[in-house]
Amino acid sequence: MSDTAVFRATARSWLEENCPASQRQPITPGEQYWGGRNGSFPSEDARIWFERMREQRWVVPEWPLAYGGAGLGEQEARIIKDEMRKLGCRSPLYSLGIWMLGPALLEFGSEAQKDEHLPAIAQGRARWCQGYSEPGAGSDLASLQTRAEIDGDHFVLNGSKIWTSQADRADWIFCLVRTDPAARKQEGISFLLIDMASPGITVRPIELISGASEFCQTFFDNVRVPRGNLVGPLHGGWGVAKALLKHERKLMSEIGIESATRAYGAIECAKRYLPVNATGQVADAVMRDRLARHEMQMHAIGLTQQRIIEESKARAGSGLTALVMKYCGTEEEKRRQELMVAMMGSQGLGWEGEDFSGPEIDTVRGMLGSKALSIAGGSSEIQLNIIAKRALGLPGVT
Amino acid sequence: MSLVPTDEQRQLADTAREFLREYAPVTALRQLRETHDPLGYSMDLWSRMAELGWAGITIPEQYGGLDFGFAGTGLLMQECGRTLAASPLFASCVLGAGAIALAGSDAQKQKLLPLVATGELRLALALEETHRHDPAGVGIAATRSARGWELSGVKQFVIDGHSAEQLVVVARTGGAPGEQGGLSLFLVDAGAPGLERHRLALLDSRNAARLEFRSVHVDDAMRLGEAGEAWPALQQVLDRGRAALAAEMLGGAEECFERTLAYLKQREQFGAVIGSFQALQHRAAQMFAELELLRSAVRAACDAVEASPSMLPLLASLVKARANDCAELLTNEAVQLHGGIGTTDELDIGLFLKRARVCMQLLGDSAFHRARYASLRGF
Ligand SMILES: Cc1cc2nc3c(=O)[nH]c(=O)nc-3n(C[C@H](O)[C@H](O)[C@H](O)COP(=O)(O)OP(=O)(O)OC[C@H]3O[C@@H](n4cnc5c(N)ncnc54)[C@H](O)[C@@H]3O)c2cc1C
Repeated sequence: MSDTAVFRATARSWLEENCPASQRQPITPGEQYWGGRNGSFPSEDARIWFERMREQRWVVPEWPLAYGGAGLGEQEARIIKDEMRKLGCRSPLYSLGIWMLGPALLEFGSEAQKDEHLPAIAQGRARWCQGYSEPGAGSDLASLQTRAEIDGDHFVLNGSKIWTSQADRADWIFCLVRTDPAARKQEGISFLLIDMASPGITVRPIELISGASEFCQTFFDNVRVPRGNLVGPLHGGWGVAKALLKHERKLMSEIGIESATRAYGAIECAKRYLPVNATGQVADAVMRDRLARHEMQMHAIGLTQQRIIEESKARAGSGLTALVMKYCGTEEEKRRQELMVAMMGSQGLGWEGEDFSGPEIDTVRGMLGSKALSIAGGSSEIQLNIIAKRALGLPGVT
Repeated sequence: MSLVPTDEQRQLADTAREFLREYAPVTALRQLRETHDPLGYSMDLWSRMAELGWAGITIPEQYGGLDFGFAGTGLLMQECGRTLAASPLFASCVLGAGAIALAGSDAQKQKLLPLVATGELRLALALEETHRHDPAGVGIAATRSARGWELSGVKQFVIDGHSAEQLVVVARTGGAPGEQGGLSLFLVDAGAPGLERHRLALLDSRNAARLEFRSVHVDDAMRLGEAGEAWPALQQVLDRGRAALAAEMLGGAEECFERTLAYLKQREQFGAVIGSFQALQHRAAQMFAELELLRSAVRAACDAVEASPSMLPLLASLVKARANDCAELLTNEAVQLHGGIGTTDELDIGLFLKRARVCMQLLGDSAFHRARYASLRGF
């Protein structure tokens, strides 16, 4: 057996032994563990699963040992992910710290910042939120206006951030702020880490069409932030922000592939809700065709993800393929959600109550929630702009 | 699975691209069309291709081939798609030789494959009987005769059927049309008494023929594999054909796209290059995304031929459906984004569109392959 095959087999048996059965069921939003100072486990099994993964250091397998990871290579980390997906293991910890901030700190953070924040993220002690968007700065993020002025060894912040997911539950926020109003818009921005307990911060939750209240408007009124919390150079935050956005987009392009988060898979849903003939085929040819289209699109997206990994390992290929993944992945995920609701017919219209099963309600809310995928993290239109400019060399539009 | 070409494979593709640019540019197809070339491809080109080893690219060394692997075939087909190069590569080497390699006896392989590998022997696969792709629907009967078998019936849409020296004919020796069991493969000499061949004039100016068999005698020695048991080998041959065809379609779509992109950067209206209009940029970006997904699927399907044959049926249907849809989108968009000139015969884009339409029907349209994919996945 090759080294990777051995690793795969070991990983698989460890997961089989250590992941409680309940943690191998499809997960609903209420069952996710997000960590943090005030975080509570949704169940005893969720706690056991998280703690075992934390001790194994597989919450962030590719992070260095010193920061709570297992120091594994990209391929081994991928294998763990693969095996978790195959076994249906839930993510033990949901965390913007893992997905976005951590990788950016590993690249740009000072030693003191890495020591303070990375282990806290890896061990689920700190919950982070992202303060990029503002009421006047969405797709055109670089036009942001939240001001940070230097006052001795502190920054003093004034302004507001919007669409800040989970700001009401987060311990820390990473923020883009304007430190030099005179400079060109990308050049006057800095990247700051801010304790949400700081005096002067207020948070107002906003309700979503899915009924969840995932995001907030966050106000800063003379908030004092130590200068040591500046990541990267002063006025040099845009580079950090862009690197972080890359991780965010990669994450979002993989959402449809994380099958453990589904109420039902699309095929399972079809078999439950659509008439099938004697051989188990979906009888309605149009629905069957829609489902096949979806499954084939996911298949092709999966192959493309694999190709990107292989090409980057072999230093081959154009390096431009990754630009299409956020667009393709999120648009297809929206289609999948609509397809499932359509297959459920009037059972796919339930909002709450006993007349609908849990998975039915989750599917409806999932469909509504999925609308955000092609907006957040750079909208589909922005992704197409980026492809046109960077991959195709077409003259820039704003 | 490997989705990245090796250095050796990349070299093959580069050489092929240079060679085709010199010996089989799009103007060569125009010339075949203008002169109503009876063959539909240039024998001179074919012998040059054979000299480079292309005719035997996937044939094992013991039978005189290069044994380069199917990924090599895919890359050659892709490059041929870029210049619309007409040759027997697909019909003879992928389908014909594939059928012999997968179904034939060792003696048959010894005798025939080396001749295919040198380009001397050209083959064609006679499968379809109606205007829709339907491999299990084969109805023409091969009946036992005192001296072997007798074939009667009509075959349609046989690629290179009028020019091949030998035909691999799918016929029924048992069962009923629609059933997978009961199919057999026979090698039939093109000059056999009772066989009439009629070349069809298709929009792509390439080759397809209708073949009429009237009590054509076939020796039992010319049967490939067990009588009535051809389905598994036939499936594999067709799946290889689908993967190869998808590679050709990828090449054609890439070429169309690159030409269109160049036009977007050059043509000016309203005082600006039209490629600065966002409506067009987004359409170009969407095409780019389609091409990227198709590229992955083509690599995966070609790789699966040798590396994971059990995955081939699913990947072949995936890739053929994608290639069909992608080719339709890209050729149509290419015409549209060129404006008026896009609708003229002078511009090559129309030739790509025409070739794409033939490829889209060959070995299954998208509806066929989505239904097959669904069945293979159990829904
Ligand atoms: C569920 C959810 C969670 C989020 N979480 C966070 C978070 O935690 N932290 C955070 O900072 N932000 C968050 N966001 C904000 C998100 O990043 C922004 O919504 C996004 O950047 C778009 O900005 P906007 O909403 O102002 O839309 P706008 O930029 O006003 O866009 C409106 C429309 O115009 C289109 N458009 C804009 N510019 C162009 C252009 N140049 N060309 C073509 N079309 C264009 C857009 O595609 C869109 O269709 C979240 C958003 C959602 C939906």
